[in-house]
Amino acid sequence: MQGELESLYQAALTELEATASSDAVRDWELKYLGKNGSVTKLLRGVGQVAKEERAAFGKRANEIKELLTGAWTNREALVKGQELAQDLETGEIDVTLPGRARPMGGLHPSTQTLRQFYTIWAEMGFQVYRSRDVETDDMNFTYLNMPPDHPARDMQDTFYTTTPNVVLRTHTSPGQIRAMRELGENGTKAIRIILPGMCYRFEQITARSEIQFHQVEGLAVGRNIRMSDLKGTIAEYARKFFGENAKVRFRASYFPFTEPSMEVDVECFLCGGKGCNVCKYSGWLEIAGSGMVHPTVLENGGYDPREWSGFAFGMGPERITMLKHGIRDIRYFWGNDLRFLEQF
Amino acid sequence: MKIPLSWLRAFVEIDIPAELLAEKLTAAGLEVAKIEYLGVPQTQVEGLRYPQSEHLVWDRSKLLLGAIREVKPHPNADRLVMAMVDYGAGEPEQCVTGAPNLFAYKGQVLEKPLYTVIALEGAEVWDGHSDEPKRMILKEKPLRGVPNRSMVCSEKELGMSESHDGIILLHDDPGFAPGTPAQDVFGDVIFEIELTPNLARCYSVYGVAREIAALLDKPLRPISYDVLQAGAPIDDAIRVTIQDARTNARFTVMLLRDVTIQPSPEWIQRRLMLVGQRPINNIVDITNYVMFEMGQPLHAFDYDQLVARAGGAVPHLQTRLARAGETLKTLDGAVRTLTPQDIVITDNQDVAISLSAVMGGFDTEISDGTKNVLLEAANWDFISVRRTTHAHKLFSEAGTRFSRGVHPSQAEWGVKRGIELMRQTSGGTVAAGIVDVYPVPAPVITIDLPEAEIRRIMGMNFTAENAAALLRRAAFTVEVAGAVLHVTVPDYRLDIGTGVVGQADLIEEIARINGFDHIPITIIDDIMPPQRPNPALTLEEKTRDLLTQLGMRETISYRMTTPEAEAKLTPPGALSSLPGAGYVTLANPITLDKTVMRHTLLVSLIENARANARYALRQQVFEIGSVYLPVAGELLPAEPRRLAILISGARHIGGGWMGAESDANVDFYDLKGVIEHLLAGLHIDDARFVRGTHTSFHPGRSADLHIGGQSVGTLGEVHPLVARAFGWDGAPILAAEFDLDALLRAATPLFRVTPLPVTPPVLQDIALVVNETVGAADIERVIRQAGGDLLKGVRLFDVYTGDPIPDGQKSLAYNLVYQTDDRTLTDKEVSSVHARIVKAVERELGAKLRG
Repeated sequence: MQGELESLYQAALTELEATASSDAVRDWELKYLGKNGSVTKLLRGVGQVAKEERAAFGKRANEIKELLTGAWTNREALVKGQELAQDLETGEIDVTLPGRARPMGGLHPSTQTLRQFYTIWAEMGFQVYRSRDVETDDMNFTYLNMPPDHPARDMQDTFYTTTPNVVLRTHTSPGQIRAMRELGENGTKAIRIILPGMCYRFEQITARSEIQFHQVEGLAVGRNIRMSDLKGTIAEYARKFFGENAKVRFRASYFPFTEPSMEVDVECFLCGGKGCNVCKYSGWLEIAGSGMVHPTVLENGGYDPREWSGFAFGMGPERITMLKHGIRDIRYFWGNDLRFLEQF
Repeated sequence: MKIPLSWLRAFVEIDIPAELLAEKLTAAGLEVAKIEYLGVPQTQVEGLRYPQSEHLVWDRSKLLLGAIREVKPHPNADRLVMAMVDYGAGEPEQCVTGAPNLFAYKGQVLEKPLYTVIALEGAEVWDGHSDEPKRMILKEKPLRGVPNRSMVCSEKELGMSESHDGIILLHDDPGFAPGTPAQDVFGDVIFEIELTPNLARCYSVYGVAREIAALLDKPLRPISYDVLQAGAPIDDAIRVTIQDARTNARFTVMLLRDVTIQPSPEWIQRRLMLVGQRPINNIVDITNYVMFEMGQPLHAFDYDQLVARAGGAVPHLQTRLARAGETLKTLDGAVRTLTPQDIVITDNQDVAISLSAVMGGFDTEISDGTKNVLLEAANWDFISVRRTTHAHKLFSEAGTRFSRGVHPSQAEWGVKRGIELMRQTSGGTVAAGIVDVYPVPAPVITIDLPEAEIRRIMGMNFTAENAAALLRRAAFTVEVAGAVLHVTVPDYRLDIGTGVVGQADLIEEIARINGFDHIPITIIDDIMPPQRPNPALTLEEKTRDLLTQLGMRETISYRMTTPEAEAKLTPPGALSSLPGAGYVTLANPITLDKTVMRHTLLVSLIENARANARYALRQQVFEIGSVYLPVAGELLPAEPRRLAILISGARHIGGGWMGAESDANVDFYDLKGVIEHLLAGLHIDDARFVRGTHTSFHPGRSADLHIGGQSVGTLGEVHPLVARAFGWDGAPILAAEFDLDALLRAATPLFRVTPLPVTPPVLQDIALVVNETVGAADIERVIRQAGGDLLKGVRLFDVYTGDPIPDGQKSLAYNLVYQTDDRTLTDKEVSSVHARIVKAVERELGAKLRG
């Protein structure tokens, strides 16, 4: 038995020296030291050894097991080290091949811009108030100081429905009346809200004009709301949206539901105001209409215009998105071509 | 509207560059959309940006006013002449030209010279013979043997118009010496101004000049309204009656006898052409000229035609609303059927002879033979005019002005200005007096404006005196009494209201004239209103976030569709599962595929999918938006929100170079996985999937989602016949549509977190054989009930049919996780629960333990 033990030891060592891969080393370990390995079996068979030899045999067998275990550990480290070195040297792939596509979700660009608006205006104390798409003629026009046949109705080509006096809203402004009546508590509470929503205009669908588009309107009503606050608020918005150095300017304009009314331009953020084809070489981009809430509109909302005042402004998220990303065709927005959407 | 700078200068001194003036007008609300240059250079103004103009600048030393003194025949060519042009240099310059409008003067020495523009050698002009715009430098070039180094110019060669039929020829002395640079004679800047409805007063050169005078703080040179009236009194010649002063506030006429119809003086023709009008004759031109000059439209009648219609009696004009079916031949020759919203002028027999405010009648219009002219300036209700212009689609310069509003005060000034200019240009005699019917004169508007009100609205301090000075620049009459302004509004201002509205209007005027730039920038100094959360929006945005995290792309579609498109969602012979309400129907749809407001989002999603399928291997999209459901007894529809989801195509896609990683297309369970994750993300606990009932879906591969026992929508494979109806022939479409409001009502924003276990779990597998009709959801329910508190997890990991499982049966294998919150389970405890589970599924579902 002793002889068998020694020859097994020698054979195992020789075989271990010959292993060239980590797989071979693992096979060797199973063959000699594993549960059914030959060394393990020999140790298990110590009972069959003659009594007087048993102690010496057991001692030697354990020694050999330890020696082989040590040799195996060293060999494994050596072979794995060689394999790693080999892989590092030769295991090169073409890293310029495209990666695997992952299922990537994303928000519609209009939603992304709307969310930016929500965040910025919430920071300034304006919360979202949503209102309906299908409106009465009164809400869309008359209460906003546009009685029937008012010339300003020409400014907004309207979709009428087959129900008399029901229209698709042409702007989010009817929400002003609804918000004042709902939140104003008979003209006794201040309001600061933004009104986002889809609006509709009876126009030809072209690269520049759409029959449906989002608007985000802002409304502040209080006992001390001034034009200077409107300028300050819009300027603050512009800095938050377009960057710390964004400049704005205000021009006289006309909206039936505000008086005084102002158009808001922001210095062209594409050319820095130097003039480019997007700003038509003016250095300015029109971004919003605004003004002080018309006394008649305040009255229609339940407020006494002698005690209360307010400002309102309206912006087009699609237009601003187009300017920011150089989108030349507004029809992309509702076309839902994945090749467009996936760029956002 | 085109406004020439040269004409503006007749009324107000302008000492700033045109570009800066345009900027100031735009800032004041008169938006200058475009500046056109005629010969004069563009000015660069510090701090202003505008496009570089490409126009031709007329060389001040080489393009000059020339006086043609003689037109000699060309010795060698019949179709050429030689114009001898005096340009102030002593010897006249000989220009060879083929201009046809000089041929009439061939061989003549001209007593009274003709004026033109001469281009000297080296001048830059447009090539008159080129179809494409092309510049050229004038070089000496003999023409048929005659030396020639200069040129008499056509309008095209100077860039004034496209006309190249002849050279510029003026018969009247332009008031400049020959040799004056052409820039100074014909050079101009034309502003294209866009006006908002409140600026009706600016629809004329004088109206714009008035704004400029206010903005630049310059005096305004008034128009003269003096008339030389040397004829017999008008009172015996015409009678006027207004039937309804609400539609016709004022009607004025004056009479000019013994006119000569002829071309207008060249200065009038030139101004009309600058504003885009074609000159016709002196009478018609002056009706236009006065309208462009001061804003009041005029109408000229052939007086003798009126007398003839009165059978020789005194003509009697009446104004009234038209009768239904009444007809009128208008001066464009069209016979128009009138409606009771039109206002007409009638003759002695009550026959309509003119469609007031919009277009005159054919029978009484000015002709070459007209001898006596009755000139009318009236005022019409702008609403009626708007209705008439829209109904008859007659959009004229007069209609544009009347439909935005002209103050009745202007009628008297307009008729006087017009009749005097006609007298000067036609040689007639004006009848003494004016017939002026003005039953209810417009009230004079006065407003009291306290200076505190300016501060309250503008956020800027003005003393009453400072504010008054600004208003006076805009021609308001202002008296200051302490801290209050007593303001009288000029009569042409239709845009200024009364009371608190008038105050707001005046504050806008103060801000506008002072410049909006001067209003300070402040932060709101007012109490913060109650902050109201918007949970509906918050949860809607949360839904969007969850779906994008699940790899879904958001779409936004048109909310208009057609009933026919939505009908395609129901297979032939089936009952529709879509809302049965009628539609919100558009009265004026813009295209045939968008006639009603939608009831469902599915149509757009399927149509989008079909368009995208041309190049997308896989589509995973969702949309959130309203549908529009009319409600009985309500004027306005309900607008509930819907969530729709669509997935289709390959389940796994690699990069293009790797090819599809498997042939499998998405199926019901891919969609259900999305919905389950969404429900988990919204923390909706009591959702159940039951056999689908929606006819748009495959009956065997769809499910209704029940929450709290109520269906909130359906998910599943779109019915193959429906897909086909939309022209779809690809892999199955998996889609879902839910009532978003109902879904989000079940969400639990304040969900509770389960503590993490501190003891190790015991894992056991169980494989059950059941009849194929037994639903997986039922098995899981029974397992969970029997497992009680110790059973923490049930995960289905295998579904198998086929050998050795008997026909009609299936095997489902589950990983079961046993665990307690506070101690390690003993083997005995686990095996007792496990045995209970086995017994329960045997008893309740007839399940057998597999193998």
